[in-house]
Amino acid sequence: MAKDKEAAKKQVAPKTKFNKTYLKRYWQLYALLFLPLLYLLIFKYLPMRYIILAFKEYKLNTPLRDMPWANVRGKTDVLKYFKQAFGNIDFKRALWNTLKLNALDLIMGFPAPIIFALILNELCFKKFKKVVQTIAYMPHFLSWVIIASLCTQLLAPTDGLINALVTHLGGESIPFLDDPAHWVGTYVGAGVWQSFGWGSIIYLASIAGINTELYEAASVDGAGRFRKMWHITLPGIRPTIVVLLIMNLGYIMGGGFERPWAMRNNLVIEVADVIATYVYKVGIQGLKISLTTAVGLFQSVVGLIFLLAANAISRKLGERGIW
Amino acid sequence: MKVKSTQAKIGDWIFVLICVIISIICVVPMVNLAAKSLSGTEFLIRHEVYLWPKGFNLEAYQTVLSDAKYQRAFIWTAVLTLICTLLSLTMTALCAYPLIFPGLKGRGVINIFITITMFFNAGTIPNYLLMSDLNLLENPLVLIIPSCLSIYNMIIMRSFFYGIPDSLRESAEIDGASFIQILVKIYLPLSKPVFASLALFYAVGRWNGYGDALMYIKTNKQYYPLQLLLYNILNNTNAVEVAAQEGFNQPGLKDSLKCATVMFATVPILLIYPWLQRYFIAGVTMGAVKE
Repeated sequence: MAKDKEAAKKQVAPKTKFNKTYLKRYWQLYALLFLPLLYLLIFKYLPMRYIILAFKEYKLNTPLRDMPWANVRGKTDVLKYFKQAFGNIDFKRALWNTLKLNALDLIMGFPAPIIFALILNELCFKKFKKVVQTIAYMPHFLSWVIIASLCTQLLAPTDGLINALVTHLGGESIPFLDDPAHWVGTYVGAGVWQSFGWGSIIYLASIAGINTELYEAASVDGAGRFRKMWHITLPGIRPTIVVLLIMNLGYIMGGGFERPWAMRNNLVIEVADVIATYVYKVGIQGLKISLTTAVGLFQSVVGLIFLLAANAISRKLGERGIW
Repeated sequence: MKVKSTQAKIGDWIFVLICVIISIICVVPMVNLAAKSLSGTEFLIRHEVYLWPKGFNLEAYQTVLSDAKYQRAFIWTAVLTLICTLLSLTMTALCAYPLIFPGLKGRGVINIFITITMFFNAGTIPNYLLMSDLNLLENPLVLIIPSCLSIYNMIIMRSFFYGIPDSLRESAEIDGASFIQILVKIYLPLSKPVFASLALFYAVGRWNGYGDALMYIKTNKQYYPLQLLLYNILNNTNAVEVAAQEGFNQPGLKDSLKCATVMFATVPILLIYPWLQRYFIAGVTMGAVKE
């Protein structure tokens, strides 16, 4: 993204007027942009007008402007649904779970691709390295429905491969999927499994950009494998690490729907319910439109603040921002 | 290159060993599933199948492949994936190409207009109400149009376009080529790698996605993509329907059927992605920071 921007800056806009000759030449570009911009307008901007529902009482088959402001027994209170959400134990739990699962994902999932890239970088058999890479990219191409079913098959209490191994070695069967605390581990583990290989691509590219003379000079000075890793490779990829870390920190309030929805089961709802699944259940299945719009707005705004803050911090630290 | 010391050689092999272990962790779940899908019922009931099929048979696959429901979902999802990929690639190129021209007036405003959508999302419910207003609920188009442009992918393509030398474009402009001619004659032929990479991203996204179908399509089950069908079967949401289906009454066969179904939905992608490795690596790298 940063490179993209630099390239854009390099080109200086020629000074021409917005007139007939300009349009005669440039109308084609506007024509090309028409469909994408129309798409963004309809599918990204138009939904924003429904955000007002967070402050109104939703009524079916009523135009948006005719819906009354949110009120408690006739007394207008536009923040009614935000108060309701924060008084709701299910929402508070979903909020806490979102933060908890995202934080755990970050702690476990962020270092994994870096470590994997460092390991791959030490391999001196090129063919073997390529095979390992291809295998490690595989989980990224599986859907969450499939990963969830792989987990059930592999981690089932009686006939799952892992528990068969555990009991064979004399241990107790581990309730990976049924016990809330263990389920969190399974959820995070599945996330790491799915993304570590794919995540390493960017670090490998970054490592490839490090000047090889540095390694040669270090070798001459008698530096071993790990000293080179610590003093050359890691500092070399530091900017990439910082930017990606900040991006990930910015998404701590986010979180998709498909992963938690595919992986949850009835025994672990207390730890598995996140904002995305809460909004789906209460909003789309339960039709509490105003309440869940408020929840969604809260999530979007806090998410945006996190992202802006993360970017500001990155700039303060002297690293390049995300944009 | 100087000769490596014994210590360094041992180190090399330790890293090889670590990589072997990591690879095993990656493939074991799939191998486990494949073994179960190929095993006989009696072995599955006795929980004896782990990494190698026992009582090898293809019964589960025969059941899945001859089931009209799966055939339909498979073909529908394949068609859907193809349409989505082609449409998305077109939209992405339409959006990325004009933005590389420094002379385009309003480019800054357009860029801001686009960037805002990356950072702020109206939310699930507003999107749902929009689909309802546009009469897209229960409509197969809801699986195609709302996701037909990813700004993230657009940025990748734009970076690629920036990498094509300006001189090529400028000499064509001097020869009197229009911008569309330049796109078709110069940019598209040179951009095969980025198209391959983004095609894979879009195709995988559509093939694997089920959230939109779950939210927007409830009654028109014939439009369920394969993954949603799979989700319903694995979670027994349509218990009656599933139980009515032949074979799902026997516990052992049920397990091998489940596994065969999952394999059936996974294998197409697993067959494709290794061949595109070179391209998607370039795509990922281009989309992010480069030092």
